[in-house]
Amino acid sequence: MKILSYRNSINNNRKWALFAAYGCLILFVIFFLFPPYYMLVTSLKTNKEIAELSSNPWLINQGLTFEHYKYLFTETPFLTFFKNTIIVTISVVIITMVISVLAAYSLSRLRFWGSGVLATGIFLTYLVPDTLLFIPLFKIVGWLGLLNSYWVLVLVYPTLSVPFCTWLMIGYFSSIPKEIDEAALIDGANHMQMLLKVFIPVAMPGLIAATIFAFTVSWAGFLYPLAFIYSESEMVLTVGTVTTLIKGDVFHWGGLMAGALLAAAPPVIVYAFLMDYYIAGLTSGATKG
Amino acid sequence: MNINNLLIWLKQKPRIAFFMCLPLILMVACLIIYPFFYSIFLATLNKAETKFVGLANFLFLFKRETFWLVVQQSIFFALVAVFFKALIGFIAAHSINELPSKGQRKWRGMLLIPWVIPPALSTLGWWWLFEPTYSALNWALEKLSIDAIPWLSETFWARFSIILVNIWVGAPFFLIMYLAALKSIPEDLYEAASIDGANYWQKLFFITLPMMKNIISITILFSIIVTFANFDIVRVLTRGGPIDTTHLFATYAFRVGIESGDIPLGAAVSLFMFPVLAVLSFIILRNVRKRTNEV
Amino acid sequence: MADVDIKDLHKVFDRTEAVRGIDLSIKDNEFVILVGPSGCGKSTVLRMIAGLEEVTKGKIYIGENLVNDVPPKDRDIAMVFQSYALYPHMTVFENMSFGLRLRKFSKEDIKKRVEEAGKVLGISELLERRPRQLSGGQRQRVAMGRAIVRNPKVFLFDEPLSNLDAKMRGQMRIEIKRVHQHLKTTTIYVTHDQVEAMTLADRVVVMKDGKIEQIGTPDDIYNFPKTGFVAGFIGSPAMNFVPSKIVRNGEDFSVRVNENISFSIEKDKQENINNFNGKDVLLGIRPEHINEKISDESIEHKIKIDLVEPLGMETMVYFTINGVQLCGRVSPENNLTSNSTISLNFNKKKFHIIDPVTDKVL
Repeated sequence: MKILSYRNSINNNRKWALFAAYGCLILFVIFFLFPPYYMLVTSLKTNKEIAELSSNPWLINQGLTFEHYKYLFTETPFLTFFKNTIIVTISVVIITMVISVLAAYSLSRLRFWGSGVLATGIFLTYLVPDTLLFIPLFKIVGWLGLLNSYWVLVLVYPTLSVPFCTWLMIGYFSSIPKEIDEAALIDGANHMQMLLKVFIPVAMPGLIAATIFAFTVSWAGFLYPLAFIYSESEMVLTVGTVTTLIKGDVFHWGGLMAGALLAAAPPVIVYAFLMDYYIAGLTSGATKG
Repeated sequence: MNINNLLIWLKQKPRIAFFMCLPLILMVACLIIYPFFYSIFLATLNKAETKFVGLANFLFLFKRETFWLVVQQSIFFALVAVFFKALIGFIAAHSINELPSKGQRKWRGMLLIPWVIPPALSTLGWWWLFEPTYSALNWALEKLSIDAIPWLSETFWARFSIILVNIWVGAPFFLIMYLAALKSIPEDLYEAASIDGANYWQKLFFITLPMMKNIISITILFSIIVTFANFDIVRVLTRGGPIDTTHLFATYAFRVGIESGDIPLGAAVSLFMFPVLAVLSFIILRNVRKRTNEV
Repeated sequence: MADVDIKDLHKVFDRTEAVRGIDLSIKDNEFVILVGPSGCGKSTVLRMIAGLEEVTKGKIYIGENLVNDVPPKDRDIAMVFQSYALYPHMTVFENMSFGLRLRKFSKEDIKKRVEEAGKVLGISELLERRPRQLSGGQRQRVAMGRAIVRNPKVFLFDEPLSNLDAKMRGQMRIEIKRVHQHLKTTTIYVTHDQVEAMTLADRVVVMKDGKIEQIGTPDDIYNFPKTGFVAGFIGSPAMNFVPSKIVRNGEDFSVRVNENISFSIEKDKQENINNFNGKDVLLGIRPEHINEKISDESIEHKIKIDLVEPLGMETMVYFTINGVQLCGRVSPENNLTSNSTISLNFNKKKFHIIDPVTDKVL
């Protein structure tokens, strides 16, 4: 009995592939996670240790401290930033979802003159990003008297979230078979009822994904608040942490890192619990087209 | 025409549809289309916004060296960053797909984190990592007997750092997209290829990549648009320095328009992004159309 | 052209043992079919032969070679998948030539082989099309073409006809038989459809729960099943099983269904029956052996019809004896209705006795 070459055996190939996969992944995980890790470590170090150049900066050598977090809460407007961000974000999420769901339902189900154009047009709004619009908007917002108030964000943030959320919901709604519409119509529902009682429940995963997206986008907004808001009392977390925790030439790194981490925490927590919806939302484009 | 008739007319399907779309239409018209055209108008004014100067602002920019730096940097930045993001995303997606399905979820979760953290905040962390005196990265390099790197103060390294952070933030997006695409390729195609005689690389080249062609091109184009218009990272790390060598359109427009108060010039700067974005978007739209027609 | 030998094959997935000790010897050029209900392990066995699943225990030989650790591409096999597994982005020609291109065959060689296979399968005009432009039957042929051009030692088929409609299935069955006759290559075919098994195979391997129930020619399996499972699985409509008793008449034994129906047991079978005197057994008798033909080979018995199924070519009649519903085949000319009474003839030579405990045919 001849025994054929062992070098290429199934087992070997599979083992090699797994080994390489884990190797790559470990490298990537280190690369992706070491900055937040370092931020965490810094935020828990004493100021003295941060200033020292001799010890290993990657570890906490002189004892944990929560003084930076305390400092954040007591001596900076951090909590104000937090409050402002929450108000803005929740408002924007609600506005976004209302606009998107209504528009998506109408565009995916009801035909009217120009609806095809509009659906494409939504996509084209990405042609005009916030980095192009912030200049004219600066003037416009000035006329409206909204400059330097966080309500200006509630007005402009939806432009960042609505196009994608609408496109997402159109995808989900389109995948609901038309027979369901017909059954509901026979059962006596009008369009509003159909939307509320049939479509929204069925497309709930898409809705959750869209909500998460709107939440993340408005929580992370940076350019608009930087351009439109000057007073600390009106700032949101992103801008506030970056600009005000540095007094003059002194960089309060411990506090800065603590602030950055806390400010970044809510999206990460949302993500941790709803990761599957988040990912499903992103990739629905890959599969639903 | 009494109220009843009006209501009946309104309740017709096309009318309802229109009203449901109205908030969207209003928002797009007032906050996107109108400002866009307004910015074109603004770009034709002088600094004090008192008189009309035609294309003077644009010509002024053409003559400035900084502007051309911005153009080059934006293009270079977008292309290089997107290339590496796509590459890392693809390798990571492929690696995760090799694992038994039960374990994939936690790797996917960990690797998505850079994308979930607001970029402005994670960039703060990188800023601290690059800080000249205290850089933890330089500390590690010194332990390996390598000289400290001037991450943000020298042109080459400043550009490197910007691109690095952008890759860090953006690769997870590609990872997620490519992983989903990989999973949609039927397993039996790979089995048939095994029997046909394909090894690992041949399967990758002849099956995986062709079947992912669409999603690869769409994600890359999309990312070029987004990277090209990037603001947060440059603003926090270098503010465009040293000596304007890391400015992108967005940060330069911000400096000129908001910080220096020359709104019309700032508008002109950002408008230069538009042609590039338009071309790329058109290509994407054509791709998407083609794909939906195929299906 | 090669033999395939399987010795004591086992496969364990997580905690379940899907294949529990299979021994099988397939001769060169034989068409062997593995048939059985879902989950019996037949596909797993095929995939282990292909190299797509690892062998937990046991040995597989293709020709002279032990192939347990050999990757699929080096086993010189070709496989036709249930879902065809055609590469969607390649033309039919490219699909069929993929394996040859990987092995660096010359362009002329590839062209010759593909065109020849195209002719054999009747798909020559389709060579430049893409899979999505083809019908199910055409795709199936392309999948077969991909296997044929490789000229392998063994063909493997994994339920290739399951995704086709009934009419297409009938046509493709004939195609496959024709191709096998033309190519004379060892073929191992997996299906859950016993009609395919009976019509295509040189030998049939009936599997259940990871083990082989019986191996034999279609004739053997049909007429001489070794277990109740095989008896009931093969044949459509399925064999009838009636609870009966073994009784003794002096020196002779017979199996007794009711006062009317009693079959005497041949002398050479009586040894097995000895221990069953007075015990309950199952009588197995095929529907075609319950009909209206009167002969001295049959016992007549009146039954009350529960249900009638006219099939055009014949009519199936359902009735109850000993609490069990049975099925008989009559010619279609009889105008039968439910609840009427007719006389049926039970063939007293063609029956089987099954021990309900061990499921063995005695």
